[in-house]
This record gives sequence, structure tokens and C-alpha cells, in this order.
Amino acid sequence: MIGSRIRALLACAVIALTASAQAEIIYRDQSLYQTILVDQRGSVLCLQFSVRQDQRNQSCVDQRNPRKMVFGYTQMIMAALLLNPEPESILMIGLGGGTIAVALAELFPQASIEVVEIDPAVDEVARRYFGFQENEHINVTIQDGRVFTKRAGLKGKKYDLIILDAFNGDYIPEHLMTREYLEETKALLTSNGVIAANTFAISDLYDHESATYAAVFGQFFNLRRADTSNRVIFASEMPLPSVYVMAARAKDLEESLKPYGVPIKTYPRAMLEPAKWDKDARVLTDQYSPANLLNQK
Amino acid sequence: MLKPIVNLRALSGSYSHLTYCIYLLAFSGGFVIMSLELLGGRILAPFFGADIYVWGSIITIFMLSLSFGYLFGGRLSVRNPSVRGFAGIFLAGAVFLVPLIFFGQNIMEWVFAYIEDPRYGSLVASSILFIVPTVILGMISPYSVRLLVKNTHQSGQVAGRLYFVSTLGSAIGTLGTSFYFILWFEMNTILTLLTMVLLIMSGIAFFAQRFAGTQVEP
Repeated sequence: MIGSRIRALLACAVIALTASAQAEIIYRDQSLYQTILVDQRGSVLCLQFSVRQDQRNQSCVDQRNPRKMVFGYTQMIMAALLLNPEPESILMIGLGGGTIAVALAELFPQASIEVVEIDPAVDEVARRYFGFQENEHINVTIQDGRVFTKRAGLKGKKYDLIILDAFNGDYIPEHLMTREYLEETKALLTSNGVIAANTFAISDLYDHESATYAAVFGQFFNLRRADTSNRVIFASEMPLPSVYVMAARAKDLEESLKPYGVPIKTYPRAMLEPAKWDKDARVLTDQYSPANLLNQK
Repeated sequence: MLKPIVNLRALSGSYSHLTYCIYLLAFSGGFVIMSLELLGGRILAPFFGADIYVWGSIITIFMLSLSFGYLFGGRLSVRNPSVRGFAGIFLAGAVFLVPLIFFGQNIMEWVFAYIEDPRYGSLVASSILFIVPTVILGMISPYSVRLLVKNTHQSGQVAGRLYFVSTLGSAIGTLGTSFYFILWFEMNTILTLLTMVLLIMSGIAFFAQRFAGTQVEP
């Protein structure tokens, strides 16, 4: 009796302690491009690219369960596998904490993964805290994503999966959100290649960005979840798969994605929710790309 | 004593009109220079990124071009300075902005294909794109000093006023471009507008003297 009460009390105390545990900043670096923070709350480490308190985290990892994807949007990006279940060559523009690259490398040990990150300090922090590392399959290039893409186009490189994750929420590299950039990226896709882009769900930019993707890809899937302010756009050179095809693939993927906490089975239907946007919104181009100003509104 | 271009013996009213005209021209010159410089970053970004070294290239090229522009403008003002000659500088500025609109992409594609390192790529591209128009625009300041200075006693004050209006123009060109123009217009539209501003200024300079009714002393 007493023992169980004490246990209950202890449990309460533990919960209270965990809840009130302040996120402790364990790493701070002012790089050329941004402020990089790593904070720790219990066993969860999070990477942030801003000192603003309201800013969402970029990437988190639970040290007790390092595979589990803590963040909605990283999970959502894995839905790209519903369009192409076996990517052999992968390009990532933007490293973040490296969570996605690590997961893809584990899931597809034979795939070659090319990561392009502009900020060497991000690369360093991903290696130091988030278990990211280069190997014979993962290669990191420190370069502007647009410059890399253009050069890759000249070299005739092709990828089965391209993940665009270059926006940290605070500042948008405007030359990475234009019709021309998406066209250059599209030209890097193999015939069944897929693009997955982590983008914005709020502000005026949502409309402009949707219009720009529509201008380049025509149809696209628009994945939004209630728990994040992100949305992930999926597009392909191929016609988009039906919900049945995706549901069958989700079933096949479920087991292997389980350790990462990706609710893959919920995605096929969610992917079909139409992206509604203001059809009058101007397409963003190299000539007209005030993305940061539009993001204020 | 320096020979004033704007004749002191002219009617005071018309004289001051012409003076204001030259201040307006200097203001516009400053405006166009900084607007162009800010657009430079966006013109180069699709090829070379938006990194600090791209800005480094642009600012270097602009500073270098302006410094030579000052030198050439000062030199030019020695021989037969006139308000019409001033009009010629603005006309040339307008003419050499046009290739940027029509051939900018091709030039950058070419540079991109040959130079892998985006630092040197951006430096070479901004040299080709911006040196000529910026050298020409740099000539405006010293030339306008020559047009307005009447004697050594006033020369510092005149130069001070001219720096004031042209730098004010630069500030407004910077703010207008980065806050508003890029939100309202396409880049080539802004470049076209800048070209038109230079053309209009050239026209104003060309006809100013006739309307102001003053004479030019050789």
C-alpha cells in the first residue's frame, strides 16, 4: 500500500520534473549564416537556427531512441517513399541535423546520398550531436544549393529522390524558391524521380509557393499535418500514384519505418487533400522573388 | 579664379534653376548607382548564390568602377565642361545599362560554364556586367562639381552639397529598391526604369540650358 503510494508520488514527481525541465542550451555558434543552438531537454537534443523563442526546432533527436524522428516534418518527408519506394540516388539540399540523411542511409544501404549544405557549422554540429557522418554512401558538399544544382545539371547528374530542406523559417534563400530553380531541380530527376520539398504552410508565401510548384510540376501532393506549421510538397515527372498504390506501398514500408516513428499509413489519404491557394498569386521567378517580404505578410 | 560654367551674370532666377537641375541630376546618379548595386546581388544569385562573397564581388567591382569613374569624370571636366557634356554622361550610362537587361543571362551562363569557383565566377561576372555602366555613373560627381564651382572659396561648400544630394540619392535608391521595388516589379522592369531615369536626366540636362537661358563660358 504505502510502497505503491510512494511509487505513485515518485512517478508524479518525475513527471513534474520532466515537464518543468528547462531546455538547456548546450551548444551555441554564430556562423556566417545563422545562429546555431543545440538545446537539451531530458534526453532530447534539438537543433535550432534562431535565438527567437517562438522559433520551431529544426531537428531533434531522442538520445534514448535515436532513430525516432521527433519532428513532424522529417516524418512527412519520408512519405516521398510512397511515390518512389526504392530510391538509389538521393540528393538533399540542406542538411539540418542530418536526421533524414541518416534514416535514408539506414533504410537504403546501397543508395548514394549527396547532401548539399551551405553552412559548414551545420555540418559540424550534425556530426557532433546528431550522429551524422559521411561514408562511402553519404557525401556532403559545402555549397550553395542553387550553384550545386546548376552545376549538377551541366554534368548531367540524375537523382531518384531530391529533398529540398533549405529553409529554416527565419530567412529564406530567395534564389531557392523560384520557378527557374525548380526547373533546374526537375531536370535532375530520373524518369521515376521524386521531389520532396519542406515548405511553408503559413503567410502569403504559401500561395506564391504553391503557384510556383504548380507552374513547374502541374499536379503535386500537398502534405500538411495539424501539429506542424510545415507542409511538404511532393512532385514527380511521372503521373502521381493513386491512393491505392500508395496504400499498398505504405503497408510494405510500415515495418521498416516503424523504428523512425513515421506514421506512413496515415499519409496516403492525407496526401490527397487538395492544396488550396489563391490562384491569383504571382509565380516566383528569378526576376521576381521577394520571398522574405512576402513571408512577413 | 575658376571659370564658372553657370554664368554668374545670368539672371539669378534662371541661374538657380540650372543649379537645382544639376543637383537633381547628381541625386539621380546616386540613386541609380545604389539601386543597380542592390539588384546586382539578385542578378548574380541564381548562378553564384547569395553568399557573402557574391556581395564582396559586387561591392569590390562597384567601388573600383566608381573610383575610376571619379578619375575619368574629373579628367573630362577639365576640357570644355558643359551641361550638354553632362547630358552625354547620363546618355552613355543609359546606353550601357541596356546590355545588362538583354545579355545578362548569357554572360552569366558563359562565366558559370568556365569558372567553377563561385567566388571568382561572381567577380568575373560582375566585372563584365557592371564595370562600364558604373564607371560612367561615377563620372557624374566630379563633373557636377566642376559645373557648379565658381571660385575656390566656395568649392568645398559646393562639393559638400553635391556629395550630400548624391549620397542622399544613393540612400533612397537603396531603400526603395530593397524595400519596395523588388516587391512590386520584376528585376528587368526595375533595370528598364533605371535606364529611363538616366535617359530623362540626360534630356533634362540637354535642354536645361536652353530653358534656363544661361550661357556657357568655354
